[in-house]
Amino acid sequence: MYQRSDIIYLYDGSFEGFLSCVFESFLCKQRPYDIVSEDSSEPSLMAQQWIETDMQRAQRVRNGIGKKISEEALYLVTNGFCTCHPQRELLLLDFIHLGFERGKKVCELITDPTVHALQKAVLFLKRESHLYLEFVRFSEYDKGLVSVIEPKNRVLPTIAPHFCDRLHNELFIIYDKTHRSVLIHKPPKWAIVDLEDFIEPQADETEQFYRELWGTYFDAIAIRERINPRCQMTHMPKRYWKHMTEMQRRPAAKTAASARTESTVNPVPLPERMLSE
Amino acid sequence: MDLFDKLRILSDAAKYDAACTSSGVDRDGKGGQLGNAAACGICHSFSADGRCVSLLKVLMSNACIYNCAYCLNRVSNDVPRATFAPRELADLTIHFYRRNYIEGLFLSSGVVKSPDYTCEKMIETLRILREEYGFRGYIHAKAIPGADDLLLNRLGRLSDRMSVNIELPSQQSLDKLAPDKSKSAILRPMGLLRDGIKENCTDLIRYRHAEPFAPAGQSTQMIVGATPESDYQILQLTAALYQKFSLKRVFFSAYIPVSDNPLLPARTISPPLLREHRLYQADWLLRFYGFSANEILDEKHPILNPLIDPKCNWAINNMALFPVEVNTAPRELLLRVPGIGVNSTMRILRARRETKLDFSGLRRIGVVLKRAQYFITCQGKTAQGVRITPDNALNALISDSQKQRLPSQNYEQLSLFSDQITREDVVKCISGQI
Repeated sequence: MYQRSDIIYLYDGSFEGFLSCVFESFLCKQRPYDIVSEDSSEPSLMAQQWIETDMQRAQRVRNGIGKKISEEALYLVTNGFCTCHPQRELLLLDFIHLGFERGKKVCELITDPTVHALQKAVLFLKRESHLYLEFVRFSEYDKGLVSVIEPKNRVLPTIAPHFCDRLHNELFIIYDKTHRSVLIHKPPKWAIVDLEDFIEPQADETEQFYRELWGTYFDAIAIRERINPRCQMTHMPKRYWKHMTEMQRRPAAKTAASARTESTVNPVPLPERMLSE
Repeated sequence: MDLFDKLRILSDAAKYDAACTSSGVDRDGKGGQLGNAAACGICHSFSADGRCVSLLKVLMSNACIYNCAYCLNRVSNDVPRATFAPRELADLTIHFYRRNYIEGLFLSSGVVKSPDYTCEKMIETLRILREEYGFRGYIHAKAIPGADDLLLNRLGRLSDRMSVNIELPSQQSLDKLAPDKSKSAILRPMGLLRDGIKENCTDLIRYRHAEPFAPAGQSTQMIVGATPESDYQILQLTAALYQKFSLKRVFFSAYIPVSDNPLLPARTISPPLLREHRLYQADWLLRFYGFSANEILDEKHPILNPLIDPKCNWAINNMALFPVEVNTAPRELLLRVPGIGVNSTMRILRARRETKLDFSGLRRIGVVLKRAQYFITCQGKTAQGVRITPDNALNALISDSQKQRLPSQNYEQLSLFSDQITREDVVKCISGQI
């Protein structure tokens, strides 16, 4: 009942749009050659079919997965959609078909290639999200806190609850440079919206002060006799360094910090207001 | 002295404390307050030595009235001294926390004036954080041995985790190197904390508004390699601490030479990092794999094998129990197979409810077949092309980095002729005596 066809489904890139594609696939009893969102589609020889996003159909698919398969399967599907698997839509479609065939047992077929590939992709998303709970660095500006990240997966929906809970009364934004979307938290509400470009404002004196202070701490905490760059990179891969304050200190900031180190003999007066703040 | 110097001196003095975990307590954020805590713990950075930076780890002060030989802050050592004012430290913590640099504060201290005075300063810092700033992040406080019980209790109410460092693994070593400390002075606050935590657990059930007392439990740390205790003694002590004091963690810290005291190892030796690593592996076996200390080491074999990890070592010595059938073996036995960890075991148990497992399936599950294949069968079969012999297994269990240390010709000769390889044979082969 599940026939391969040469059609490529085109959809608008939203989760509901994808669920509408799933509905279409079940309706026509066909497995498309591929499912692509309109902004990532390339010219191809295959026939393309535009699938209109239909909220009711999407809701039916969503309910169907939750009830007929399991809540865990729904979790895998919603999270799977946020992963960076190159063919995530097709993978999810295969998983949903398998799910309706096998019922709630599908999540236990860990050794099945489809289920395994999906679980692995979701695991990657989870791991990367956790790393971003660690490595997000905020800078403080007049209006609030700002952070820029460059994740491979779409981590914003996964990390949003954590940061909104943590910084309960703070206005903050986290900009995802890879997927051009931004998490905005304006208590008590938060939202994730698309944003084409974002330029971080210039750091002021106070912000610069705490960045350097953090750098000083970071250097002081390492034990010289145990230096182990490989171990450091295993836990904190280099691609995250780009947006991390302590790995990002400009040479000027570094010399300023080392100048301070030597200043024990002749202490440089610090702006008093920073200390008394 | 400016804040930069203070922070540098006081974090530099605190860095030898191994514990930097922020795990064990789940606390949601709250309107009008700042922060939350996640039970899994969150590391925020990794310093150049590869250790995680989760908390702002500083001393309240590095001025100390004691003279422990192994310690950098001993009174006779000529180092610059600094002390944080409580509000200064609280402000710094909040600024770092809001920028997501840290998960909270790890506060320890040298003993200034008296244990009580020191403890009061620490309490003041934590009070400002919790009450004035409404800080809901993680706080790890070090109990100061010798401080009054009431102060200790107050400290416990303000923090998530408490710890007392046991420092050295035996009374003799303590007498020699830390003449101002005694085993009982260390174990007493540990016992108090244990009782406080236990009592608090029932209180929390009985009274809805009971204040939590160190909800993330207590931990301790000991220095490895400064004194002559064997791994066996250290593991016995560790197991006893878990059982008798219900500790959450025991940390090991490879001794880094900080002074020329004739009682201590020479300054030229490098810290015993591999030994520390093996001890941590053994610690994991105690906590998550259902091993007892006696299974890992015994009086006749008091040293952990440097070439293979303790679990592989146990498996090699108990080849008679293997191979196990993955599709039917109980959880306890699966956990003991080298190459199968806690997660893989869980996934195997789950997967085999629905399917019969084979080797390719196991690989997808995440089992390290390179090691595991010598100890398992799938549906009665061993992996293709694998001859299960102790020396083949041993070969697969030694990691590449450790192989480089072996003289190659000796390693070819591994007891090919005996059917059952014994522990002594292994050690002899490896050390080149055969």
